[in-house]
Amino acid sequence: MRKVWKTVNIVGEKVAKYIDEMGRMLLLLLDTIRWSFSPPFRLDLLFQQMDRVGVRSVLVVVLTGTFTGMVLALQSFHATRGFGAETMVGVAVALSMTRELGPVLTSFMVAGRAGSAMAAEIGTMRITEQIDALFTMAINPVKYLIVPRVLASIVVVPMLTIIADFVGIVGGYFMGVTVLGINAGSYVANMEKYVALDDIYHGVIKALVFGLILSIIGCYKGYTTTGGAVGVGRATTESVVLSAIVILMANYLLTAAMF
Amino acid sequence: MIEIRGLHKSFGALKVLQGVDLHIPLEKTTVILGRSGAGKSVLLKHIIGLMRPDRGKVWINGLDITRLGDKDLNEMRKKFGMLFQEAALFDSMNVEENVAFPLREHTKLSEKDISRIVAQKLEQVGLPGEEKKMPAQLSGGMKRRVGLARALVLDPEIVLFDEPTAGLDPPMAAAIEDLIIETQRKLGRTFVVITHNIHTAFHIAHKIAMLHEGRIIEEGTPRAFRRSSNFVVQVFMSRGEEKEVK
Repeated sequence: MRKVWKTVNIVGEKVAKYIDEMGRMLLLLLDTIRWSFSPPFRLDLLFQQMDRVGVRSVLVVVLTGTFTGMVLALQSFHATRGFGAETMVGVAVALSMTRELGPVLTSFMVAGRAGSAMAAEIGTMRITEQIDALFTMAINPVKYLIVPRVLASIVVVPMLTIIADFVGIVGGYFMGVTVLGINAGSYVANMEKYVALDDIYHGVIKALVFGLILSIIGCYKGYTTTGGAVGVGRATTESVVLSAIVILMANYLLTAAMF
Repeated sequence: MIEIRGLHKSFGALKVLQGVDLHIPLEKTTVILGRSGAGKSVLLKHIIGLMRPDRGKVWINGLDITRLGDKDLNEMRKKFGMLFQEAALFDSMNVEENVAFPLREHTKLSEKDISRIVAQKLEQVGLPGEEKKMPAQLSGGMKRRVGLARALVLDPEIVLFDEPTAGLDPPMAAAIEDLIIETQRKLGRTFVVITHNIHTAFHIAHKIAMLHEGRIIEEGTPRAFRRSSNFVVQVFMSRGEEKEVK
């Protein structure tokens, strides 16, 4: 019995800790929203972050999108060949990319590249008192550090997702038509017939939410870093893992709500 | 003038400040002395409003800052400059950008004027012509000089120093102490320094206050402080001397 209580205690403590952390993250999000609408608006900082989060992630997103599109085409070709539905490969690739894999994989890549960098950078600033220094210079760190990163992510992750969708479809076309020899006309015609603009819009909306999630988690983990260099390492890892989990959960909820 | 009355602060069960009463005179250097972990940094953070007390008041020029909202507190902070223990320079910016940062954020000065002021402040702290260096290229002492230049760039009324000589070799520590004395003399501002180094305290202070177990147990001029009959102060001073001899 004592062992059971001990286990309940440990699990309860962990759950309470996670709920507490979620609450704090939500408060930081509310603070970020509040400061987003408070002038002066720092476009210079926003563009700087759009460059860091967006422009510098293009290559990795293009590579991920292209190979994902190619492998989707290859897999669905083998699955559909048995009953003569190879011309549906384009549809499978386009729907998978626009609805699911485009936004999810793009967000994973950005969380790994830029979200972790946010946690590391802000975490280092926290442990070396640079954040306290901002306060003493009458500059709010949420406005100066977090608002530009979150806004930039909300803007650029959907853009990167559109790029991933596009290169994924191109990669799928290359694999399906050029390599596997599917008829180009029916490949494209079926895609046009079965893929609606809404599929793309919904994917982009998902990407916007994922951009918000990965950036607020990266910033929160950095902002609350304690424990020196080890703490920065921990914050960085936790930001990527937590972002991935929350993105997958949000993906399910958004899919259930939109499709 | 800074007046602190009945300041209490706890972190969970740990009582850090247990009724601090302290008067910090205008245009003088006041050193708050105490061993590591005595709560000196916590006290300093209350003076600039980075922490809110559980109980007690902090008056800056007659204004109780413990009651101020975020916006007013931000305005009040513009009267302060602060030099952090490791200088807290922004490592993504070079020396010039670091020193110019408060000017760019809070004034509408032209870039030409900003460059002139930055050069002047760097000259003042003994680092002329080092504008383009990155913080990673600077020694501990140089970082603190740049940190001081940044703290002084808006000509604040009050300058706070968090352990300005900690971790520096003795000649470098003495050079920073001399710089603090010289700058205070030249600018005539209110300086508040926290340190655990008794020699730094006696070298730079007009007034010394000792923080022990969450309270100020002794305060006065360096001369009066040396003659203190308080046992803890005597032990602290004798250990400080011993350490220096070693």
